[in-house]
Amino acid sequence: MNNFNYIKADSPDHAIQQISDRQRTFLLAGGTNIIDLWKYNLTHPDTLVDLSQIKGLKTIHTLENGGLHLGALVSNSDTAHHELVKSKYPLLSKTILAGATAQIRNSATNGGNLMQRTRCHYFYDAAAPCNKRNPGSGCPAIKGHNRMHAILGHSDQCIAVFPSDMCIALAALDAIVKVKSSRGERIIKFSDFHRLPGDQPEKDNTLENDELIIAIELPNEGFSDHYSYLKLRDRNSYAFALISVATGLVLDGQIIQKANIALGGVAHQPWRVPEAEEFLIGKDATPENFANAADIILAGAKGFEHNSFKIPLAKQAIIRNGAMALHPERQRPGAQPSL
Amino acid sequence: MKNNAQIGRSHNRLEGQLKVTGQAKYAGEYQVDDLWYGYVVNSTITKGKIVSIDASKTRSVHGVVEIFTHNNRPSLPWFGMMYSDMDAPPGTPFVPLWDDEIKYNGQPIALVVADTFEGARYAASLLKIKYEIEEYSTNLFDNIDNAKKPSKGLATLIKPLPPSPKGDFEQAYKSAAAQSSGEFLHGTEHHNPLELFATTTVYEGKGKLTIYDKTQGTSNSQIYVSNVFGLSFKNVRVISPYVGGSFGSGLRPQYQLFLCVMAALELKRNVRVTMDRTQMFTFGHRPQTLQKTRFGAVEDGQVTAIHHSAFAETSRFEDYTEVVVNWANILYPASNTLLDYQLVPLDMFTPMDMRAPGGSTAMHAVESTMDDLAFQLGIDPLEFRLINYSERDVSEDKPFSSKELRACYHQGAEKFGWKNRNPEPRSMKRGNRLVGYGMSSGIWDVIALPAKAQAIYDKNGQLTIKSAVTDNGQGTYTVMTQIAADQLGLEMDQVTFKYGDSDMPLSPIQGGSYTTGVVGSAIKAACKALKETLFSVAKKMENSPLKNVDLSDVTFKNGQITVNKTHQSIQLTDVIVFNNNEPIEATKSNIPNPIKLKQYTRAAHSAAFVEVEVDEQLGVINVIRAITAVAAGKIINPKTARSQILGGMVWGISKALREETLTDHNLGKYINTNLGEYHLPVHADIHELDVIFVDEKDDIINELGSKGIGEIGLSSMTPAIVNAIFHATGKRMTKLPIHFNDVVNHE
Ligand SMILES: Cc1cc2nc3c(=O)[nH]c(=O)nc-3n(C[C@H](O)[C@H](O)[C@H](O)COP(=O)(O)OP(=O)(O)OC[C@H]3O[C@@H](n4cnc5c(N)ncnc54)[C@H](O)[C@@H]3O)c2cc1C
Repeated sequence: MNNFNYIKADSPDHAIQQISDRQRTFLLAGGTNIIDLWKYNLTHPDTLVDLSQIKGLKTIHTLENGGLHLGALVSNSDTAHHELVKSKYPLLSKTILAGATAQIRNSATNGGNLMQRTRCHYFYDAAAPCNKRNPGSGCPAIKGHNRMHAILGHSDQCIAVFPSDMCIALAALDAIVKVKSSRGERIIKFSDFHRLPGDQPEKDNTLENDELIIAIELPNEGFSDHYSYLKLRDRNSYAFALISVATGLVLDGQIIQKANIALGGVAHQPWRVPEAEEFLIGKDATPENFANAADIILAGAKGFEHNSFKIPLAKQAIIRNGAMALHPERQRPGAQPSL
Repeated sequence: MKNNAQIGRSHNRLEGQLKVTGQAKYAGEYQVDDLWYGYVVNSTITKGKIVSIDASKTRSVHGVVEIFTHNNRPSLPWFGMMYSDMDAPPGTPFVPLWDDEIKYNGQPIALVVADTFEGARYAASLLKIKYEIEEYSTNLFDNIDNAKKPSKGLATLIKPLPPSPKGDFEQAYKSAAAQSSGEFLHGTEHHNPLELFATTTVYEGKGKLTIYDKTQGTSNSQIYVSNVFGLSFKNVRVISPYVGGSFGSGLRPQYQLFLCVMAALELKRNVRVTMDRTQMFTFGHRPQTLQKTRFGAVEDGQVTAIHHSAFAETSRFEDYTEVVVNWANILYPASNTLLDYQLVPLDMFTPMDMRAPGGSTAMHAVESTMDDLAFQLGIDPLEFRLINYSERDVSEDKPFSSKELRACYHQGAEKFGWKNRNPEPRSMKRGNRLVGYGMSSGIWDVIALPAKAQAIYDKNGQLTIKSAVTDNGQGTYTVMTQIAADQLGLEMDQVTFKYGDSDMPLSPIQGGSYTTGVVGSAIKAACKALKETLFSVAKKMENSPLKNVDLSDVTFKNGQITVNKTHQSIQLTDVIVFNNNEPIEATKSNIPNPIKLKQYTRAAHSAAFVEVEVDEQLGVINVIRAITAVAAGKIINPKTARSQILGGMVWGISKALREETLTDHNLGKYINTNLGEYHLPVHADIHELDVIFVDEKDDIINELGSKGIGEIGLSSMTPAIVNAIFHATGKRMTKLPIHFNDVVNHE
């Protein structure tokens, strides 16, 4: 680890000023990702701006429109266990708790979760080529170990996935991201926040380099009656999703009024397909209808040597998660398959 | 006398509190003044040559004191044998910084020494190395055509190569009523103990070193260091009382020991070298292995033909071998066999023993094939094992020294409720989940080796026992104390066991499940000698009640020698007073009798019973409950023994369903080299586990009648899971680990 400058930011504006003033300046929130990247020699910040003492970014409160404000610096644990989150947005609470470990969630913050990098093995190996880390150097994952990689929205430059659980629920919940820079504040729709790799795989999202995430805001609808998060992974805890599904339903009897479905572990961003959700509206919440919706969601999916299984299994996961959403009380802990 | 014996009693680990309160120090934690830190630079290519090293940026980092490479290393012995260790396979041991040649990806090629660890690590990242890359090959399965017979050496004495063919396999197989064949694929695994490999070398001056090393053998590290660096044996002291797991990875000195000692000698300073987790993937590992089986059985279930062959990875410089194909015929008495074991040299580091080496690999193939035969013949898998129960080891035509496997089968099945199994695959269900019951036999051999121990009795009534042996966390410290206490009829707190120090009497490396039997027997011998001396001194005391009695007429208990007939006694502490307050001591070796031992097949056995649930659509697999029944002779400490078996069972779950080192054969390297991506089981993966120890008496194997329990818990667990998955799903899984997507078929 190189020597570096350490600045403790005391306000959002103080932090913003630091990032716009300096080169190779990094924001430090919970540190669970940035410090790892540093230790792996993938990044050598000259200056670290510590956000962790900014009180103003650490609140959760109700919004006028009935929605909820989640401060960027609130920890993943405090968010998941917050009464308002548990009662109104249980999908978010359960999804957060299906990620990482208790220790990591205690440190990890909401803003940091949005910004975490992919877990692609090759990205983390400074000696390996990687277009995301070192544009133009190549992508060994395409012909290498690609079990964890994308089946949707990948490019010939990058097949990495965005690894977050929390963000899959945020996508399903139609969250928005509030960001700020010296140019002022702006709002980014969640579906616009993360991006596909295309020919710029080094860019994970649409946040500008000089912008700070202030908060995540949830709309009034929390799907608290019918929701489920299902996570398929290589061990029951402390493993990233190979396939995950967040489903929120509004039902009138058996009839679907609203269906929000987001997939994780399959693409460079949380994957939502509005056509599939529209297809479900007005239909019965049956496995057949979820299967048809799954076909729409997964249209155009293309796998690689080690991850083609994700295509049929993502379909099964969408079907099962639809059924699980009907009976939140019967779900097993840890986003395991239930019923 | 036996009513308050320590052997057979559950004791907590004596060092447990020190460990959980952070007071137990590990090799990389000793506080030493004036310490410099070395950080290792590893090759980023798989094969080729170092063309140049540009250290200018590295040198400019504040605090960097030296950079060692092949260009400036001290001169070293040229004779390969000097680098040999107690566990070295036939071949030429790897020597760090030997020359410009790169033999494998991750090879240590430089050591950067600085005044802080972070400084050394950062400076190391700035070292610019130019390579000339040569073609390499790391994939076993692509190189089966290059297989060869392993060379013989010292290692193959303990790990024998397969016996010659017997009977007429092809004929017997052809005429068998049921035939089963399979190909079984195992990838690489790494030991990944929690404690990182580390060495702290204290430079004492005048050619003297005190070395804190992470190892499974203090004497092994001591011999290695003195041979390699030309130091006198008595000037090298290796200390390692606490080891945070090792599972075989500490059986050979690792490169951090070499580099740390080299730097300390060159710089005449105290130096520490600690690996990071990624570097834990740059030395020994469980080898990639491909196995093929063909078993045949006649109508009534007798297995008549066994063919088992294995192709295992090794390096280009050493022939590492395991016992893979020998087990089936020890367990099942077929009279026609064809057993074959070959090695495939690849551009990787030499593999290394990893918990139940060979055995855990083999059992998956053997027990899956057995399970399939039982299924084909419509015989219950447990019944099928009983039909093929060997009362004698036909592979070597020898009796077993003892074998209570039958009791394992019966007691395990009873407790598990095996009789509730519906034989039909896919017939048992719970909601969306298919339920499967599976079972497997397990076997592990009992190795006898010499060891030495010292026993000292002092004026405070304390018995001190000394041995160089380590305790890698299994509970060695505790059980050795128990064994010693019983020899003199003492309480636990009257005994101090001193260990993990090469200044103490020689012990073999701690592995192969033999430590309790081997070192325990040496302690028993030393205590016996001590008793003889105490007795003869006591006889000389004035008015000694022992004057006209023999050693066999007295009992040592509660710090006294008591004459059995007259109940007259002498305090042991009075004997010491009579000895001018000088402690009385005895040093003794336990020398196994090879002629007697050779007449028997000596093995521990187990039977595992497992229930799995498999999600029918999503494939998610959970081991819901498991019972392992173990026959391992005398159990010294039921509590620590149970923990050993539980640990083996957890590892069995890991091997079946979780852990694997991913190799990118295009890049020729391991790629999931951290504990986030190398998936070891977590609590959420472990459900109900239970252990049964069946009674087994063995007077042959060693003084204690104790067989060792380090590996036997693992060998039966993995195949029992695989067989349970077959029962649940109708799918026979031949590649490990099994992932959820392997057991479902969609489109
Ligand atoms: C072993 C391991 C397992 C994990 N498993 C899972 C899992 O199963 N599921 C899952 O979802 N996650 C998992 N995680 C990831 C974890 O959730 C993220 O590391 C964490 O959310 C990042 O948050 P942080 O506050 O620690 O970010 P930091 O590491 O502090 O920062 C990460 C990045 O975000 C930037 N950043 C932070 N805050 C802001 C802000 N307010 N504005 C702009 N930029 C900002 C930083 O500059 C940095 O670039 C795992 C992590 C580890 C180490």
